[in-house]
Amino acid sequence: MPPPSELELSRRAWRRHRARRSTLVALVSTLVFALVAYLVVTHAPGWPRVRATFFSPSVAAESLPDIAAGLWLNLQVLVVGGLLVLVVGLLVAVVRTVRGPAFTPLRIVATAYVDLFRGIPLIIVLYLVGFGLPALRLEGVPTSPFVLGTVAIVLTYSAYVAEVFRAGIESVHPSQRAAARSLGLTHRQSMRIVVLPQALRTVTPALLNDFVALQKDVGLISVLGAVDAVRSAQIAVGQTFNFTPYVVAGLLFVLLAVPCARVADAVSARARRRQQSGGLL
Amino acid sequence: MNGPVLDLRGVVKVFGTNRVLRGVDLAIGEHRVVALIGGSGSGKSTLLRCASLLETVDDGQVLLDGEDITDPRVDADRVRQRMGVVFQAYNLFPHLSVLDNVTLAPTVVHGRSRADAREEAHALLDRIGLADKAGEFPDRLSGGQQQRVAIVRALAVRPRVLLLDEITSALDPELVGEVLGVVREVAAQGMTILMATHEMGFARQVADVVAFLHDGVVLESGPPDQVLGDPVQPRTRQFLARVIDAGRL
Ligand SMILES: Nc1ncnc2c1ncn2[C@@H]1O[C@H](COP(=O)(O)OP(=O)(O)OP(=O)(O)O)[C@@H](O)[C@H]1O
Ligand SMILES: [Mg+2]
Repeated sequence: MPPPSELELSRRAWRRHRARRSTLVALVSTLVFALVAYLVVTHAPGWPRVRATFFSPSVAAESLPDIAAGLWLNLQVLVVGGLLVLVVGLLVAVVRTVRGPAFTPLRIVATAYVDLFRGIPLIIVLYLVGFGLPALRLEGVPTSPFVLGTVAIVLTYSAYVAEVFRAGIESVHPSQRAAARSLGLTHRQSMRIVVLPQALRTVTPALLNDFVALQKDVGLISVLGAVDAVRSAQIAVGQTFNFTPYVVAGLLFVLLAVPCARVADAVSARARRRQQSGGLL
Repeated sequence: MNGPVLDLRGVVKVFGTNRVLRGVDLAIGEHRVVALIGGSGSGKSTLLRCASLLETVDDGQVLLDGEDITDPRVDADRVRQRMGVVFQAYNLFPHLSVLDNVTLAPTVVHGRSRADAREEAHALLDRIGLADKAGEFPDRLSGGQQQRVAIVRALAVRPRVLLLDEITSALDPELVGEVLGVVREVAAQGMTILMATHEMGFARQVADVVAFLHDGVVLESGPPDQVLGDPVQPRTRQFLARVIDAGRL
């Protein structure tokens, strides 16, 4: 490959210069903003009290191990729950798009389920499942708050995710289905091989967004008595009469969410780029 | 201005390891129609995308009215306001009526008054025989009608140069004629046009210059009768022979 011309080299140098300058501007404005925020907060009249009760380093260090151990439980709920939500959500979405009178009852059940669980606040589902199910004293119904909490979360989130999937399925242009059917594929085959892969692509950013929401909602299983990060923080607060453990737990959840949010951004950016190249001209 | 309206000088475009354009030189003089021909994948679309700044060139220059528009200091949005581009797939905005598609850029980008833009849009639509479709939405039009509207939309901003990329290749043969007719009329009125095309017969009738793109460079260019009728380069001859075989000349 021949070396670039002087002109091209100067263009690249200029672009680099611009990139450096915008990085610098971003850095400086961020620092200025942080400094102003810091000064405003630390000069507030109540700041010494707030610092002692919310930002005590010694309490933070003391409570961190228990809270981190509790976070492990949240992580387990997140992974197991997240996977189940994907499966159940997809199933419900597909059921809602199946045509044909034989499937009408199924469709009605799926629609009712989505309407119901999108409407009820998660915390109420948690109470109903967490305390209502065991109260039935049925044989084989689990009593562990971990399992019950996961079930409640899956019930609620699957309803949301089913709607995301359904929107994705419906966004695939009808001509794609027509093309698949004209090749002799059955409804199920065209769904699985042609429609769903394209639908998945479009809804991935929305799914990742729901995943980030799920990430913090797993902290709600603490209301069932599961000793997760939030519950551990609560216990520590009770022992020390200091609110720092809540701040610690909050920070841990943020640390968990940040990588996910960045992955979500990267995935949407890639999807955008792929759509941009090709087909424009 | 006496220099060319659009002047490509040594344009290079690389995708990964694929050097699609290796130094393309091509000048389009005022009121001239240049037809860009070449095999599939020879880089015609890439060249037009570089000229309209939809791609960043990897070397070389594109001059519009003598101004180097590949200079990263120029505002690409302002440059594109002086160009009209028509895509193969029409790309009309489906949520806007035909009239709104045409008046969008004149009003929003060029700040012309709505009444003024509408008047001109109606006049343009009238010229292409679609005056009665002004209120329709694009999906109620045939492919040929949509493409004619797309041309009018590009013209409505009174561009210095019109870039057309195989604007008839997605159309039924019977619809090709009506679209080419519009291009012919626009050319006759003095518009400067660079068009990638597979329609050799049309290139022969309308173009002032035919340029054959091969292996990343303009291998041969000149008057249509010479390039299409009696090409100098053996490669051009081969390409034309294949086109004739396919029944397109
Ligand atoms: N965004 C891109 N990324 C990578 N490669 C690309 C991209 N766009 C085009 N190419 C490659 O560049 C080459 C030229 O493509 P281009 O679309 O310009 O050809 P063309 O002459 O317009 O062909 P056709 O007559 O079929 O429209 C092809 O090999 C293509 O694979
Ligand atoms: Mg092309």
